[in-house]
Amino acid sequence: MKRLLLASAASVLVAGSAVAEDVNVGIILGFTGPLESITPGMAAGAELAFAEASEAGETNYNVVRGDSTCIDAAAATTAAEQLITSDNVVAIMGADCSGVTTAIANNVAVPNGVVMVSPSATSPALSTIEDDGYFFRVAPSDARQGEIIADILAERDITNIAITYTNNDYGKGLADAIAAAHEAKGGTVAINAAHEDGKGDYSAEVAALQASGAEHLVVAGYVDQGGVGIVQASIDTGAFDSFFFPDGMYGQSLIDSVGDDINGAVIGTLPGTEGEGTEKFFEIAEAAGIDPTSTYAPESYDAAALIVLAAAAAGSTDRTAIRDNIVDVANAPGEVILPGDLARGMELAAAGTDIDYAGASGVELIGPGEAAGSYREYEIEDNAVKNIGYR
Amino acid sequence: MTDILNALVLLSNFVLIPALSYGSQLALGALGVTLIYAVLRFSNFAHGDMMALGTMATIMITWGLHAMGVSFGPLPTALLALPFGILIAMAVALVTDRAVYRFYRKQRSAPVVFVMASVGVMFMYNAITRIFIGTGDQRFADGERFVLKVNEFKELTGLDQGLAIRTSQLITVVVMVAVVAFVFWFLQKTRTGKAMRAYSDNEDLALLSGINPDRVVRITWILAAALATIAGVLYGLDKSFRPFVYFQLLLPIFASAIVGGIGQPLGAIAGGFIVAFSEVMVTYAWKGFITLIVPADMAPEGLVQLLGTDYKFAVSFIILVVVLLVRPTGIFKGRVI
Repeated sequence: MKRLLLASAASVLVAGSAVAEDVNVGIILGFTGPLESITPGMAAGAELAFAEASEAGETNYNVVRGDSTCIDAAAATTAAEQLITSDNVVAIMGADCSGVTTAIANNVAVPNGVVMVSPSATSPALSTIEDDGYFFRVAPSDARQGEIIADILAERDITNIAITYTNNDYGKGLADAIAAAHEAKGGTVAINAAHEDGKGDYSAEVAALQASGAEHLVVAGYVDQGGVGIVQASIDTGAFDSFFFPDGMYGQSLIDSVGDDINGAVIGTLPGTEGEGTEKFFEIAEAAGIDPTSTYAPESYDAAALIVLAAAAAGSTDRTAIRDNIVDVANAPGEVILPGDLARGMELAAAGTDIDYAGASGVELIGPGEAAGSYREYEIEDNAVKNIGYR
Repeated sequence: MTDILNALVLLSNFVLIPALSYGSQLALGALGVTLIYAVLRFSNFAHGDMMALGTMATIMITWGLHAMGVSFGPLPTALLALPFGILIAMAVALVTDRAVYRFYRKQRSAPVVFVMASVGVMFMYNAITRIFIGTGDQRFADGERFVLKVNEFKELTGLDQGLAIRTSQLITVVVMVAVVAFVFWFLQKTRTGKAMRAYSDNEDLALLSGINPDRVVRITWILAAALATIAGVLYGLDKSFRPFVYFQLLLPIFASAIVGGIGQPLGAIAGGFIVAFSEVMVTYAWKGFITLIVPADMAPEGLVQLLGTDYKFAVSFIILVVVLLVRPTGIFKGRVI
């Protein structure tokens, strides 16, 4: 009771000092490009958190969107440059793909001292960039996904695999992580070959993968790009009828376009958790008319929530102050905060109480400011995704 | 023995059938390029984008037919839309000729001027296609996807290796044979075809014998536009439609026309298949095939792949350069560019 009184007293003080401040925050995602089918859900998730915070606190977060294109580093850098210099954003929720995220962090965000919280950049290389502490991600490194995938493969007695990856930072990093983890468990990687996105015909790539003699194909690609082409060509020619889909391949569009033959042929993983936080997120997302199962939508909500909570804890929307408080609000110990609960979280944080934002995806930041990572395992049956479990 | 059968099935599934359908698509494209070259005497760089434009028109009409609830049973609806797509492409080609090329013909410009004009036309077609349909991937194949599925084949024959024949591959080959037969009959037997060949052989002599040059030019454009659209739609049905991919097809198409001997219709067909089979065979990983035909202890360790699949276009380039160096007239003694 005493704590609550203190908290409310303090919040009145804070409220008094900052009267309805208007600030800009950036959302940089690939609204065009290979991830364009999942980015609307991600942006909606992040905007939901910013709206919730604006309603609760004294700070009004205006969202400014930028297009990362997912693949064009120059375009992404320009978009970020504009957000930071002309829109003067206090922090950035984004970017999505690893390559453009690295480019934005190195060229714009870190030199200007702006916090980036990426919901979905998973390249292992991002763990070691020189970020002065400005780069965070609520998505785990793909090194972790590689281990999870190797575990699942081992449990299902799949030893000889072929890997094909989209030829960029994300694909290469993930494919190498899977190959390393799989080999460490005694499996064989018969071939680990890149494919280019945006081709009309993938039969030659599939022929090479098939010639390796492996019976299971890991497709570390994109659901709207080469990934679907590879899967289609594999099924058409009968080269493979057993696939493993890492996170980039999750999406209904692939199931719809490939059709019946995909049923029972796929095991997949994507970041995700179950628990109270996820349920809460489902509730508020559905209430707001957002599809909560959309890939990386919960992570996007969490990324945005971390920014507003850190600002509340700092008592200011100064860029560096936000940076200094993110890990504090994300990690235990402290009062656990779930989605939809941002108002209480901000109030407590502003009062100086330690909070632990668990959020929709069980946020816990380790090492260089990245999520420890838990994954959802799924299969495809009856033209729909069927959850197997979480690990 | 079964191993050898398996090896042949494997080869058919991954090399012969894909190369046959790809070769047919290239052959039709190259036939259009070669006709333009024979009659109008320039390399039409806008041909790849003419393919894209005609295919785009066909796709849009296909969507319209879908919206009206029309379908073509087991065959792709796009085949119903194809004649309309061809008409649109013909109209575009004729308008282009009247607006651009006729001017240079009157000036009696050098062939290189025509080529540069065609590059300009290429960019215009390029832009028009993108304005209407965007830059993305369009898959418009519908109807029955397979003539023969891998599993059905395996059950039928009891072999380990499967063989799949897609409807689009069968359609491609059948349409190619029909179209080529028609073009040859047209060029050899009809009055207009003979006039075209006469005009191609010697323009002045043809004019003296009363051949109407405007008519010959018009018919050539109509044929080229039809061939481009058919080739484009077949490629799109078999693979997928994306404007940039069609732009890139220009290289293998020109390689095909030049290998066969540019200006020679028969050469275009042969060239199409030579280029397609080279591309597929050079980038194919032969490990599986060799493992099946040699004794077990001689099976190769590596993939036995001459070039990575990313270097597919390099094959066209190599063929182009070698032919121009060694035998510039091509196989069937075409003209020298």
